[in-house]
Amino acid sequence: MSSASFAWFARHEIGLFWRDWTALVLRGKPHRRIFVGLAIAGFIIGMHVVAWFTVTDTVDLAATDPRAVFIFVSGCALVSLSLMVSQSLEMVTRAFYARADLDLILTSPAPSARIFIVRFCAVALMSVVMSAALAAPFFNVMAFLEGPVWLLSYFALLSMSAIATAIAIVVAVALFATVGPRRTRVIAQIIAAVIGAGFAIAMQLVAIVYFGNVSRLSVLTSPELTGSLPPVASPLWIPARALLGDISAVLAFCIAGFGILALSIAAFSSRFATLALSTVGVSEQSAANSARPARFRAGTVRRTLRRKELVLLARDPWLLSQTLMQMLYLLVPAFLLWRNYGTDIGAVIVVVPVVVMASGQLAGGLAWLTLCGEDAPDLVQSAPMSPHIALQAKIEAVLIAVGLAVSPIVAFLGLVDLRAAAITAGCMVLSASAATAMQVWFRAQARRSHFRHRHASSKIATLAEAFSSICWAGTAAFLALGNWLAAIPAAMAILVLVFVWMIRPREA
Amino acid sequence: MTVRQEDAPALSIAGLFKSFDKPAVCGLDLEVEAGEFYALLGPNGAGKTTTLRMVAGLLPPDSGSISIYGIDALFHPVEAKRVVAWVSDEPMIYDKLSPLEYLEFVAGLWSVDNRAAEARSGELLELLGLAPHAHERCGGFSKGMRQKVALAGALVHEPRLIILDEPLTGLDAGSARQVKSVLQERVAGGVTVIMTTHILEVAERMARRIGVIDRGRLIAEGTLEELRARSGRDGSNLEDIFLDLVAESGSGADEAAA
Ligand SMILES: Nc1ncnc2c1ncn2[C@@H]1O[C@H](COP(=O)(O)OP(=O)(O)OP(=O)(O)O)[C@@H](O)[C@H]1O
Ligand SMILES: [Mg+2]
Repeated sequence: MSSASFAWFARHEIGLFWRDWTALVLRGKPHRRIFVGLAIAGFIIGMHVVAWFTVTDTVDLAATDPRAVFIFVSGCALVSLSLMVSQSLEMVTRAFYARADLDLILTSPAPSARIFIVRFCAVALMSVVMSAALAAPFFNVMAFLEGPVWLLSYFALLSMSAIATAIAIVVAVALFATVGPRRTRVIAQIIAAVIGAGFAIAMQLVAIVYFGNVSRLSVLTSPELTGSLPPVASPLWIPARALLGDISAVLAFCIAGFGILALSIAAFSSRFATLALSTVGVSEQSAANSARPARFRAGTVRRTLRRKELVLLARDPWLLSQTLMQMLYLLVPAFLLWRNYGTDIGAVIVVVPVVVMASGQLAGGLAWLTLCGEDAPDLVQSAPMSPHIALQAKIEAVLIAVGLAVSPIVAFLGLVDLRAAAITAGCMVLSASAATAMQVWFRAQARRSHFRHRHASSKIATLAEAFSSICWAGTAAFLALGNWLAAIPAAMAILVLVFVWMIRPREA
Repeated sequence: MTVRQEDAPALSIAGLFKSFDKPAVCGLDLEVEAGEFYALLGPNGAGKTTTLRMVAGLLPPDSGSISIYGIDALFHPVEAKRVVAWVSDEPMIYDKLSPLEYLEFVAGLWSVDNRAAEARSGELLELLGLAPHAHERCGGFSKGMRQKVALAGALVHEPRLIILDEPLTGLDAGSARQVKSVLQERVAGGVTVIMTTHILEVAERMARRIGVIDRGRLIAEGTLEELRARSGRDGSNLEDIFLDLVAESGSGADEAAA
């Protein structure tokens, strides 16, 4: 037997994954195992409680028309599928661009397609684990209430993640073929972000329907809807049936799902190694600049610094895709807002806090990038200026960038409802400033490329930042409703800020 | 107020101390004259980088004094930084800027007139062989190219004192020669250069004076001849002298500790 069999690769991968994961969770402190275990147990119990109440609340639907349940489950499945595709796409492209051990494996005589197949199966497993964390409680509650046949739903979930992975593989290979290895990663990230935003949009639709006083599920049982649905026996309902634990549907759905994954792997596996090799030496930024005339611009030190920060932010494709996603979140409520023109308080109440929350989060991320993600700290520090100037310039850059990103939304809001726009703008400034201040107090030098791990450095600051954004969002929502309860979240937000200021690390 | 004296030494360090978990620099005294090419040698962990980072204003010393061209660098850091350039051993540049944009940024930090900076940047990139890449982003550059961009950044604001930490590691023979000749040109023009290196041959050839640091102290200093005379080994090369000096200081420190 060849030493580089599938099983051997799989063991290698699992070993690596386990080490990464435990290192991430335990951070070299084995006693944390207990807390991690307790936290996971708490999460599982909490999810089951939520599932219990949701299920007992929804079950009466089944009495009317099974298709009402089918459409509800299919909708949930589509939403989760979009999340799965988004995650899988990110992981599949990462598998092609990972350099760490891929160079070693690709230069070895081992059949290289195998490592990719193992990794893609791992992608499918990862996305099933993530969605199972949310769906499993529902399956378990149903299995408890209606019988163990519901446990078959897990297979339906697995099949869904196989389909998501297959879609991700096809999209990744298609991107390599069309836009080339230099741009594939960035574009895949953007696609993943946009698909992921579909999830958020769906959640907001639910929220709007809820606030709009439409009884949550009655819309599903309305005769207009059921009249236009395909018959109960239609194959379109197979995924829904499978998720509801119907044996024959589970079987059909699994054959389809795993078949699609196997097909896509079989079709492209001969290309995997070539694609991975084509990414070597392609740093995403090595593309030649649009040759702007080499004119140096004059300006003060402060302006020079601010300009540099803004240029670096604008050239960060990942950041751009994230900001784009934030905007997409607002698409649906903005549309409703437009349609209803101020008559419907529901849409305003959704848009205002979301914008405020988003600006706080955006400011926190940008502040980290400019304050901590300075790639040439020696240069800036050895320049002839007082350290305050550098700090001020960076803070200004953050606030300018946040302002640029959210001002179109505020302007749009202003067209519809001037008062709401004013409230949003005010709370946004507060929320963004608070998040920036927290980043200033907790700044610690790091590499810009570590952006995605920034939360590891200070958990308290991260939590406080999120909490403060939520509080300001709440303040804005109550203010928009003209309710004086707004004082409560505002006071909480200020308290959080004071608390963070008190526990900030002092400079030596 | 410290007045800049034209005949003041380029760098004068007295009684410099810095400890992290354990002492890194212990009572270092050092004087470098204006217009001198000074090489700082020493085994790994001797405290060379720590010393130079303190001079560049990147690290506050525990005690001691540093003056640069007569400017007290601890009391007037901004004034001192204006005439100093620092090139760290690990080139730090921005992946998303092109070399030209990087130089524009550095020139802005030092408030260099933009016309002058623009002309000088073009020359520097040409001199260092980076002109064909002037508009590419640095993210795809090799280590040597990044190092040359960082060096160009250090030269674009015409500093009077250039401090380089191991500037030649990772450079190919051609690039190393480019860098060396650029530095020698500056020295000929009256600029002071202080650099650390582990390539003894470079120190031997280029430096007017050589200082050897071990365990945070200056254990020997002088021209090659002076060092040779001190070690009492006639005609030996710098490598032998260096190893002798370090071994001697090591045994001395051990005796003192015993
Ligand atoms: N940021 C730091 N934190 C803790 N210790 C440090 C730090 N920087 C340097 N040291 C310690 O100070 C001592 C001197 O280090 P330094 O980097 O100055 O040596 P060096 O002479 O530059 O060595 P090399 O030739 O390897 O570059 C070492 O013992 C090092 O461990
Ligand atoms: Mg060093």
